[in-house]
Amino acid sequence: MDFLVGAFKPPCNVSISFVDTKTRKQVPLKKDNGQTIMVPLFQSQENIIGEVLIEPTQGKKFEHNGVKIELLGQIELYFDRGNFYDFTSLVRELDVPGELFERKTYQFEFSTVEMPHESYNGINVRLRYILKVTIGRNYISNIVECQDFVVRNFTPPPSINNSIKMEVGIEDCLHIEFEYGKSKYHLKDVIIGKIYFLLVRIKIKNMELEIRRRESTGSGPNTYVETETLAKFELMDGAPVRGESIPVRLFLSPYELTPTYRNINNKFSVKYYLNLVFVDEEDRRCLGAGS
Amino acid sequence: MMIPDGIEDEEKWLAEGIAGIQHNAFYMHRALDANNLREVLKYSAQMLSELRTSKLSPHKYYELYMRAFDELRKLEMFFKDESRHGVSIVDLYELVQHAGNILPRLYLLCTVGSVYIKSKEAPAKDVLKDLVEMCLGVQHPIRGLFLRCYLAQISRDKLPDIGSEYKGDSDTVVDAVDFVLQNFIEMNKLWVRLKHQGPGRSREKLEKERSELRDLVGKNLHVLSQIEGVDLEMYKDTVLPRILEQIVNCKDDLSQYYLMDCIIQVFPDEYHLQTLETLLGACPLLQPTVDIKTVLSQLMDRLSNYAASSTDVLPEFLRVEAFAKLSSAIGRVIEAQVEMPIVGAITLYVSLLTFTLRVHPDRLDYVDQVLGACVKKLSGKPKLEDSKAKKQVVALLSAPLEKYKDIVMALTLSNYPRVMDHLDNETNKVMAMVIIQSILKNTSCISTADQVEVLFELIKGLVKDLDGTDVEELDEEDFKEEQNSVARLIHMLYNDDPEEMLKIICAAKKNIMNGGPKRLPFTVPPLILSALGLIRRLQGREGDLTGEEVPATPKNIFQILNQAIEALTTVPSPELALRLYLECAEAANDCDLEPVAYEFFTQAFVLYEEEITDSKSQVTAIHLIIGTLQRMNVFGVENRDTLTHKATGYSAKLLKKPDQCRAVYACSHLFWVDDLDGIKDGERVLLCLKRALRIANAAQQMINITRGSSGPVTLFVEILNKYLYFFEKGNPQVTSAAIQALIELITTETKSDSTAPDAVSDPFFASTLRYIQFQKQKGGAMSEKYDSIKV
Repeated sequence: MDFLVGAFKPPCNVSISFVDTKTRKQVPLKKDNGQTIMVPLFQSQENIIGEVLIEPTQGKKFEHNGVKIELLGQIELYFDRGNFYDFTSLVRELDVPGELFERKTYQFEFSTVEMPHESYNGINVRLRYILKVTIGRNYISNIVECQDFVVRNFTPPPSINNSIKMEVGIEDCLHIEFEYGKSKYHLKDVIIGKIYFLLVRIKIKNMELEIRRRESTGSGPNTYVETETLAKFELMDGAPVRGESIPVRLFLSPYELTPTYRNINNKFSVKYYLNLVFVDEEDRRCLGAGS
Repeated sequence: MMIPDGIEDEEKWLAEGIAGIQHNAFYMHRALDANNLREVLKYSAQMLSELRTSKLSPHKYYELYMRAFDELRKLEMFFKDESRHGVSIVDLYELVQHAGNILPRLYLLCTVGSVYIKSKEAPAKDVLKDLVEMCLGVQHPIRGLFLRCYLAQISRDKLPDIGSEYKGDSDTVVDAVDFVLQNFIEMNKLWVRLKHQGPGRSREKLEKERSELRDLVGKNLHVLSQIEGVDLEMYKDTVLPRILEQIVNCKDDLSQYYLMDCIIQVFPDEYHLQTLETLLGACPLLQPTVDIKTVLSQLMDRLSNYAASSTDVLPEFLRVEAFAKLSSAIGRVIEAQVEMPIVGAITLYVSLLTFTLRVHPDRLDYVDQVLGACVKKLSGKPKLEDSKAKKQVVALLSAPLEKYKDIVMALTLSNYPRVMDHLDNETNKVMAMVIIQSILKNTSCISTADQVEVLFELIKGLVKDLDGTDVEELDEEDFKEEQNSVARLIHMLYNDDPEEMLKIICAAKKNIMNGGPKRLPFTVPPLILSALGLIRRLQGREGDLTGEEVPATPKNIFQILNQAIEALTTVPSPELALRLYLECAEAANDCDLEPVAYEFFTQAFVLYEEEITDSKSQVTAIHLIIGTLQRMNVFGVENRDTLTHKATGYSAKLLKKPDQCRAVYACSHLFWVDDLDGIKDGERVLLCLKRALRIANAAQQMINITRGSSGPVTLFVEILNKYLYFFEKGNPQVTSAAIQALIELITTETKSDSTAPDAVSDPFFASTLRYIQFQKQKGGAMSEKYDSIKV
């Protein structure tokens, strides 16, 4: 039986580790199977240094066609599953074809890697970074081991960040003027604003501020748009009268947001909207504003 | 069945809410014990979510709120102790704002805010400002009110007031005031908005619910008044104008009334006095349905109490011209509120008057001014119908009387009678009674004829029939009471100076004479007696009464009296008139005015002849005449003869024999006046007595005939007593023999079989005999006289 088991087992264990695992920040990442694992966080232009440990099982030797490690930035569109689009691809050859008898460690280093896009896990699209170790073999399939990592990039705060001020309404029902302090927010920002009621003819039960994510994938006629409500935040309880001004203060930190992505490699865009929702006794009416 | 169902449901909802709070509080406590901040926040937010209900009435909601409130205290303790949760207060302040629902979020924020201020990591004013701003998010009236109430509660001891540990570097009292004012304004707005909640609910119920919540709003004003930094200047410049602005702008009567009242109650009187103009300026701007009169009355009450508290403050009242301001404010309010019922206006005047009387007791002109304003308001309108209004007018008019305890003061008020003119007859009478009672109570004298005139003008409702009074409706007893009061009042008209007194009497008489038949019997006697009193006084200083031009002579007065009494005879009230004639006659006698006295007697006899027909009255009258006549010494022989003759004649003509008998023996005294120079006509005395005996005999016989038994011997014993009297007085015609004979006669009568023992006459006779016995044994001249009488 041992023999049989051994036949189907991979001939070796492969593990990838980073040199600064202990000091580097770890962030949660949701895997395909729904599990959340902690992975290291990088940003563009960083050096990615580590080692690959290959350990043949049961001390058997095996042949290979060479060992390489790739750093891949991939975009995966779910309607086109299995088809990865690599926008970044770096390869380091770790070993020439030969035989492996015992465990062996390979150092690798990708220095100042250009990682222009951030990791993203959306409804229809995923952008991820992986380190992929491939042990090439003849006749039988290669041994592949992947290690995810997350990339977050900092952008300097925009020099122009105007406040949003707009007057909207439904004729003869509701006229409001809202004002947000900024039009662009960073992820730990606080949305501060004011909603000013110019005319109230409906019985409002409450008012909520929603954060919506609009993810559009594909291009041209094959564009898919998916909207998702990430947060509902009650701003007002009860019906205001004309002239009332309701403060808005929403801390963004508790929500899992990403920056706005515009047309990443012509594959997808992610935008966030602030949506004001008025709930009246019977139905809902929405008024929105982007960010 | 709608309402009971509703109440039942409400109970159920409340129970559910309480259960929800308890449930989550339980888990919160567990989390507190475990120092688990995440769980604490989660369960406290869930617990507070129970307060999001819309189903409860304010009353029930309050119950729920109190439950949550208690739990929040524990939460606050937890937040305060950073070692338990390990999060800095600043972060905590952010953390609680992550809650998705606004109501729990804000309750938590306030709770953390309270800790935040205590930690002094941020200036109190900034935290407070943030909290009060954020609370704007709750626009639901009941929920908003309670939330802000919570905010007020937790911030109360943390205001950056003078002397507070939370006071910042500079001038933060302004911030404290701003905070409270802002919270107050928002709360009032919410409170007013409650009026428009739920169209299905009855207005009445809503009003009731709203009143239950009013103290939540009013509390803010109380807090303001407690802030030490609010001095007069700040109150004048900031606090009051802003409160008033809110009150006027909210345009809600309930709120306006309550808050005005609140201002008056919570802030010091001194402030009110200094800001009268501002405060009063708001009054005409209030809704017409606001019970402004109560508000102003309260204000004036407070101010007058303040004035009464210390004399030091009085100059301040004068300096700020409190009266003029109040007066004009009332005028403006009345003008502005056209719809205000008349009773409201009068109530206002009553308050103003009370104020004036207490603060400026020396300013009668103010009082008159108030009354004048009232007259102006009343003029051009029909007489008052509203019973409440009438009551208020009575109160208005009574106030000066009570204050000054002196009617004379009131009589100088020119507008006083003009106000009374606007009363209907009935109320007029009530008022007249009040006036009279005041005079009587304070025994104030009315000492000039002018005052008498004014007074009678005031009480004319009692003195004469007014147009339109339905005589039938008068209650006999009330009428008597009223007239008795008038009668008592007449005695209060007095002046030491006879000239003026005469004028007073003339004035009174003039008014009284219009009283009509029902009143005269009550009012004429006191007038006569008062006049007679004057005569007696004049008599005392006879020497001065020589000048012809002096009108106050007894003679003149008697003429007046004659007229007055004459009026009584026409009423007719002859018995009374007769008595008064006799009184006058006696007075005239004392003044030595024979013709006058004679005239009065003549009048008396005429009355007796013509008007007094009732036999009992006749008996009384004749005895009065005899009695008076006996005391007369002014008459010459001729006149006296005429009068005594008349008297004896009438005596003998009485209807019943015993009456005749008694009258006749009484007449005997007419001929024997026990004075030095009195008439002593023994013969005619004896004649009278004998005649009496004859009549007594006749009476006895009549009884014998009609009843078959002898009547009592009372009459005989009475005559015997007269005999003894004259015997002792030394009338030579009355002899011991005659007495002896009479005693025997009586003895025989009593011992005869046909006479039944009598409980009255027998002891009477026995004691008479004892008297004779006593005289006999006493010794001296009298004993000798009696010696010849054998008993």
